[in-house]
Amino acid sequence: MALPVYASPLERVWYFSRLTICALIFLFLISPILVIIPLSFNAEPYFTFTEKMLAFDPEGYSLRWYDLLLTQPGVPTDVPRDAAWWGQVWREAAWVNAAKNSVIIGFFSTIVATVLGTVAALGLSRAEMPYRKAVMAILISPMIVPIIITATGLFFFYSNPCSLLTWTGLAADSCGRLAGTYTGIVLAHATLGIPFVIITVTATLSGFDHSLTRAAASLGANPTTTFFKVTMPLILPGVISGALFAFVTSFDEVVVVLFVAAHDQQTIPRQMWNGIREQISPAILSVATILVIVSIGLLATVELLRRRSDRLRGVTGV
Amino acid sequence: MKKLLILSTAMTTVGFSASAAELAVMSWGGSYETSQVEAYNKPFAAEKGVVVNMLAADNPATQIKAMVEAGNVTVDVFDVELSDAVRLCDEGALEVIDHAALPAGVDGTPAADDFIDGALASECAVANIVWSTVAAFDSTKVSGADSIDDFFNLAEFPGKRGLRKGAKANLEMALMADGVPAAEVYDVLSTPEGVDRAFAKLDTIKSEVVWWEAGAQPPQLLADGEVVMSTAYNGRIFAAAVGEGKPFEIIWDGQIMDFDLFVVPKGAPNKDLAMEYIAFATDSQRLADQSKYISYGPARKSSAPLVGMYQDGKTAMAPHMPTSPEALTNALVNNFEFWADRDVELNERFNAWLAN
Amino acid sequence: MADLSAAPAALLTTADGRPLKAALARAQQQAKRRAFLLVLPLLAFIVVTFVLPIGQMLHQSIYNDKFSANMPRLVAWFESTEPGTVPDEAAYEALALDIRDAAVARTIGEVGTRVNYEYSGTRSLFTSSGRKFRSLEPPYKEAVLEAEPKWADPAIWATMRQVAPAYSTNFFLAAIDMTRNEKHEIVAVAEDRQIYVTLFKRTFFMAALITVACLILAYPVAHLLATLPLKWSNLLMILVLLPFWTSLLVRTTSWMVLLQQQGVINNTLVALGIIGDDGRISMMYNQTGTIIAMTHILLPFMILPLYSVMRPIPPSYVRAARSLGASSWTAFRRVYLPQTLPGIGAGSLLVFILAVGYYITPALVGGADGQLISNLIAFHMTNSLNWSLAAALAAILLGVVLVLYWLYDKLVGIDNLKLG
Repeated sequence: MALPVYASPLERVWYFSRLTICALIFLFLISPILVIIPLSFNAEPYFTFTEKMLAFDPEGYSLRWYDLLLTQPGVPTDVPRDAAWWGQVWREAAWVNAAKNSVIIGFFSTIVATVLGTVAALGLSRAEMPYRKAVMAILISPMIVPIIITATGLFFFYSNPCSLLTWTGLAADSCGRLAGTYTGIVLAHATLGIPFVIITVTATLSGFDHSLTRAAASLGANPTTTFFKVTMPLILPGVISGALFAFVTSFDEVVVVLFVAAHDQQTIPRQMWNGIREQISPAILSVATILVIVSIGLLATVELLRRRSDRLRGVTGV
Repeated sequence: MKKLLILSTAMTTVGFSASAAELAVMSWGGSYETSQVEAYNKPFAAEKGVVVNMLAADNPATQIKAMVEAGNVTVDVFDVELSDAVRLCDEGALEVIDHAALPAGVDGTPAADDFIDGALASECAVANIVWSTVAAFDSTKVSGADSIDDFFNLAEFPGKRGLRKGAKANLEMALMADGVPAAEVYDVLSTPEGVDRAFAKLDTIKSEVVWWEAGAQPPQLLADGEVVMSTAYNGRIFAAAVGEGKPFEIIWDGQIMDFDLFVVPKGAPNKDLAMEYIAFATDSQRLADQSKYISYGPARKSSAPLVGMYQDGKTAMAPHMPTSPEALTNALVNNFEFWADRDVELNERFNAWLAN
Repeated sequence: MADLSAAPAALLTTADGRPLKAALARAQQQAKRRAFLLVLPLLAFIVVTFVLPIGQMLHQSIYNDKFSANMPRLVAWFESTEPGTVPDEAAYEALALDIRDAAVARTIGEVGTRVNYEYSGTRSLFTSSGRKFRSLEPPYKEAVLEAEPKWADPAIWATMRQVAPAYSTNFFLAAIDMTRNEKHEIVAVAEDRQIYVTLFKRTFFMAALITVACLILAYPVAHLLATLPLKWSNLLMILVLLPFWTSLLVRTTSWMVLLQQQGVINNTLVALGIIGDDGRISMMYNQTGTIIAMTHILLPFMILPLYSVMRPIPPSYVRAARSLGASSWTAFRRVYLPQTLPGIGAGSLLVFILAVGYYITPALVGGADGQLISNLIAFHMTNSLNWSLAAALAAILLGVVLVLYWLYDKLVGIDNLKLG
């Protein structure tokens, strides 16, 4: 929005004040995320910039909170950091274990969400799909329904999965439970991630040129070959973006975990939740900093994929 | 379903399932949890080879009913307040604990006589400590506050107040600050006018209150300067003041004493081990050991002579206990029957009051 | 169609001699089936792990058998008598025996809790009766009234009659601060117990406020992004997308660090001498904190749809309006703004839908008056354990969200949801 040559002086003032306003809004968007990064290196247990920090005195900064992530609750701090020590960190440190759980839950739920979501998106983007709008509305709903409602629904369902069958009149009696199991959390997180996969993959498919698959078929490729050799490479960027969204959804999810997980099933968001409620020690900020760096990486990946996808599909511009 | 099976097998092989010799205990977190880990869990692990996992909750009692009703009991032992133990026992959420199986005191007194009055009041619970809800303040921001009236006196002691988000303790303190003698608090509170009076007193400071839920929050709120005075569990203030050198002081006037007790939920995964743990943790020596880490009084008479110094080796614990003579000048003992019966309705009223 | 059937000789056929119309219909049928089969696994998955569990949970809002399952004799007596019947010896016998059995089975607390939902202050009557009724002898009416005179209160009997059937709409009434009186009429509950209507109003008000705040902040930014050259707008877009990709808990933590009394903002203001050390502003543990943090968190959901609507608007329209003599304000109001309305609608609906159901941020920074209806649902789920009331509140919230979702689908179309 370059300033037109015919602008009046008043309009010039307005133009620059508008730019200032926009700059302030960008500051509002980004500063909360950036401010925690230096604070996580605070040598003192405070959440504000100490005088030493502001003077850039190296003594004002330290890695002690990052160290805490490796040593809480019972890893010794005053021994040489050899392979055995790292082994103990890997097995015992609470945050490391939470990270392992988060990654494993995120990995499996992403796979479930991506496979089911991609296949469904292929069906949804066909012109012949019956009840398209209604089905789409149901599949997107996990993103729209308040998380507390989803969590309470799953709380009852998971404590006795077969009660659902009893309730719908299909079967009687109880059978096992999903509450407190990793399978249960994975299924719940997959459900929450599915809308993102559907949205990104159908968006990729919307620009998909169907004459390509027809060409493949007319050249003698069977549907499986066509899918893997023609369709898949073209929609892959969308699928990966969707998968990343699904992973982040799982990786950041805390409410369902609070309701259905066992008490010893810690994840990173759950550890953070507990930490924030009791006291925000700078250790939380160091976790937050690590997560911000992870999200920068994810964002970069998704952006690259989106551009690649646009280029492949021949879409220019936006 | 097959996919699910493969998935869950895959995940168990990654190494998740809990092994048999583990016990899950849910307590109140923070410095109280530390004291239990040091005094009970470490010796228990050393002696019986059982790993005790500590879990924290704002109030462990609220988790029990949900777990039992949903058939999803994942914790073996809970640490709860007396009124909650009585209520949950009434509602069939707890296992009965055989008090006769508890060990005799170190001086040979049978357990039934060794525990102080009320510590074995519920057949489903065994007390470990006596603690109290007190008012505390930051002495760098407030000076000279020495009675519960001062906590409610915004004119003389301006600044934010921290209060536990719930009816219990707040109503009693409000009445005591309003001039009701400790001995009559529950009589007054049993009448609708008494409840109105308590809420009217709370109204006078409502605009200045920051509500807390977890026991670890009040010292944090005081340290962060979010509040200048707060109600708190006395041990948490002690741990922050003596343990970390924070400038906090306790107002013993108007303190409300209560027990914390161990209970076992119906359907606990390791019921027998849980019973063993409770018997172990509540013997004379263990209870006395706990007071080395936090200023809560042991629930056995025979532990009292064993109480010594704080872990720093120079602070005598006895004067910091809620049961010390100077702390008892105007103290209230929590009426567990009152709260077991009226907890639900008074909290309902409290929530409506809070929202409006 | 009509002339085709009139002239069957002219029917087009496929190579194998079948009518083309039938073959086409069949092929289409097959394609339909194939498309549906691709979607079916996911649809089944979502229905089983999401739709049905929520349905089952909502069912509890009208079903609660805590009384009926534990007080069988009394339920039978209520069924066999007319409403308003004065309790006779048979009724007291049923009461005494049921309470005795329930006390032995340790379910008396649940019965009392159920009745207490409708008639506050009665729970203790049941639990104390449970302790006293263990050894009652007939005649029961006398014995019961001697042990607990409060049982003579006709209101208690009317309430018990109400809660005797497992199915009732009472929890929905409770969710809007209503109850039934002794005569079974619907009336408002006592003023000092009203809470839910206030909370629903506050939730909608705060969601609306956050939506407006997001719109005001998003509009200039989206406009700037839409009018800058792509190279620059893509770069600035990162500033919008990074918060979007950052963990919700991280963003909430950041705001706590910024807004605390001893936090970055207050410290800066004190250091600059704008406020005194004792005049620090409370921005956290109240509505202000919730609104600031949620506006920040939901802002990208407003910027993105606005941007995607603004980008294709050719700048020549506004220029044309200006050249025809419109002031810049008129050109904006009459030419540009109307073209961005779809984006405003999409963004506002999305932000409002997400804000109404928010849980985590209000729970952490909300304090007492920044709590939303989701937090109360969680409270009844995990603390008071009044699951039926939680389900009724959830049903109302879900109803509102689904209506807005339907509206969104009508106005914007779900297919047009975009993520970055």
